[in-house]
Amino acid sequence: MATLIENVGQKTLNHLDYVGGFSIQLWAVLRAMGASLPFVGNPYRWKASVGQMLQIGVSALPMVGLMAMCSGFILAMQGASELRRFGAMHYVIDLVAVGFTREMGPLLTAIAVSGRSGSAFAAEIGTMSVTEEIDALRVMAFEPVEFVLAPKYLAALIMVPCLTIASNVCGILAGGIFMFFTTHLSLGLYLHYVLTSIQLRDVISGLIKSLAFATIIVHVGCLEGFRVHGGPDAVGRSTTSAVVKSTFLVIVADVIFTAIFYYFTGKH
Amino acid sequence: MAIISIRNLVVEYDARRVLDGLNLDIEPGETMVLLGGSGSGKSTLLRQILGLERAHSGSVLVKGIDITRCSQLELRLVRRSIGVAFQSAALFNSLSVKDNVALALREHTALAPSIIDLMVWMNLAAVGLADFGHLHPQELSGGMKKRAAVARALALDPEILVFDEPSAGLDPIVAAELDELILLLKKAFQMTVVVVTHELPSAFRIADRIAMLHNGSFLAVGTKEEIRSNQHPRIRQFLDRVPDKMGKASEVAASFEKYLRGEEANP
Ligand SMILES: Nc1ncnc2c1ncn2[C@@H]1O[C@H](COP(=O)(O)OP(=O)(O)OP(=O)(O)O)[C@@H](O)[C@H]1O
Ligand SMILES: [Mg+2]
Repeated sequence: MATLIENVGQKTLNHLDYVGGFSIQLWAVLRAMGASLPFVGNPYRWKASVGQMLQIGVSALPMVGLMAMCSGFILAMQGASELRRFGAMHYVIDLVAVGFTREMGPLLTAIAVSGRSGSAFAAEIGTMSVTEEIDALRVMAFEPVEFVLAPKYLAALIMVPCLTIASNVCGILAGGIFMFFTTHLSLGLYLHYVLTSIQLRDVISGLIKSLAFATIIVHVGCLEGFRVHGGPDAVGRSTTSAVVKSTFLVIVADVIFTAIFYYFTGKH
Repeated sequence: MAIISIRNLVVEYDARRVLDGLNLDIEPGETMVLLGGSGSGKSTLLRQILGLERAHSGSVLVKGIDITRCSQLELRLVRRSIGVAFQSAALFNSLSVKDNVALALREHTALAPSIIDLMVWMNLAAVGLADFGHLHPQELSGGMKKRAAVARALALDPEILVFDEPSAGLDPIVAAELDELILLLKKAFQMTVVVVTHELPSAFRIADRIAMLHNGSFLAVGTKEEIRSNQHPRIRQFLDRVPDKMGKASEVAASFEKYLRGEEANP
């Protein structure tokens, strides 16, 4: 019994410790973000941010686009197979357009970025911890959070919403192609229907989600990296746990946000 | 006045005492060698001097500022006057050697790029790496990495230069070269140098004073001659390179033989 309580207590403490570390890191990086901004901040940080944007965003574009295309087709086909029976093929357009802007776009992008970049952050920072590079930064009077994390966070805050929009476009386009081949609906007309069925707030709620997902991915990845102690095996474990934890937290955050939008706007 | 003074420093990891009430004063311009066996707490002490870890109790004053208690800003100021070459060199792998050396200059000073280039070249030339600036750290040998780390440590013209194990893992010739480099730097720049090592020849070559660390406390602090003539059994053992518990090897052999003969080994 005592060991059970001990275990529960220990686990709780570990989780609280993690949440604490996460919050401290978030606060520290928010204070250090100023230095990463263009024009007003440190030009080297901005340069690093641009480099990160290329890595997080531009090189992920083909993969995210392709994933979104496939998901768009899947969504359209699955929807059509049911809706066809009611002669409601028209609603496939709504399904794809609204489903993508609110949900699939942000989530797909977050999962792709977490797999590509979240693990890379953990590996990079973990290796820097193991090889004393983080200590070297500190004794050279650099703040590791400002030097390493802030550019990544800024880049993710900019690129993840951009990728989300790209994935929305690709997904909706895939739906249009599907509609063209099954019902001979012209692409122009399809886009017209799409624009009438989605509202600005669908897009914005998706983008708010994507900002939250970007925060989770960057901070979980970097926290895992900073917490590496020991050798290369610890780096390996940290990358795995970065992907697992950030994917899990992204989905939890998605539920929470969707619930908030559902209950507070009464529409979702 | 001492440039670094350590007072009653206690460091514990999981309730295990690693440093046990250390006191040490390092004077400006001297070379202090921290000598001690593996696991005696040398690197731990160094990390305390750099303010990288929290102490259990006691204080570390660098240039009169207590870095165990000061603000982040003060700590950053103090650190600008310390150059560090880590045990593993700790060069930034994503940057070329040149950029490694230039990093602190670019970010902490307002010098023109051409002047920074010149200073970087001079620092690299001082450690004999002038032709290798464009390479990345993973393209260097171990000894070159250590020298590059020295060049980086020198970049901001520090008052205090700190080395963790400069000669560990290097062949005797390169190790001796590094010793000469330390002596030369000290003569040229009048720096205070703190070196951690367990290599005796290197320690006696470069030191003004030596502090012998054992199990987290100082056995002796003194000049080379004082340490050499010290009669403390542990120091004698270290200097004369006597292994722990001489009888042990034959005991092990005996019990092993017994085991081979099928009898129960009885340690
Ligand atoms: N982060 C840590 N957590 C727990 N124990 C530690 C930690 N760092 C060091 N120690 C312990 O402190 C003691 C001193 O370690 P330290 O690294 O200072 O030794 P050292 O004198 O530098 O040895 P070496 O010459 O092998 O580098 C060791 O017993 C080690 O196990
Ligand atoms: Mg050590």
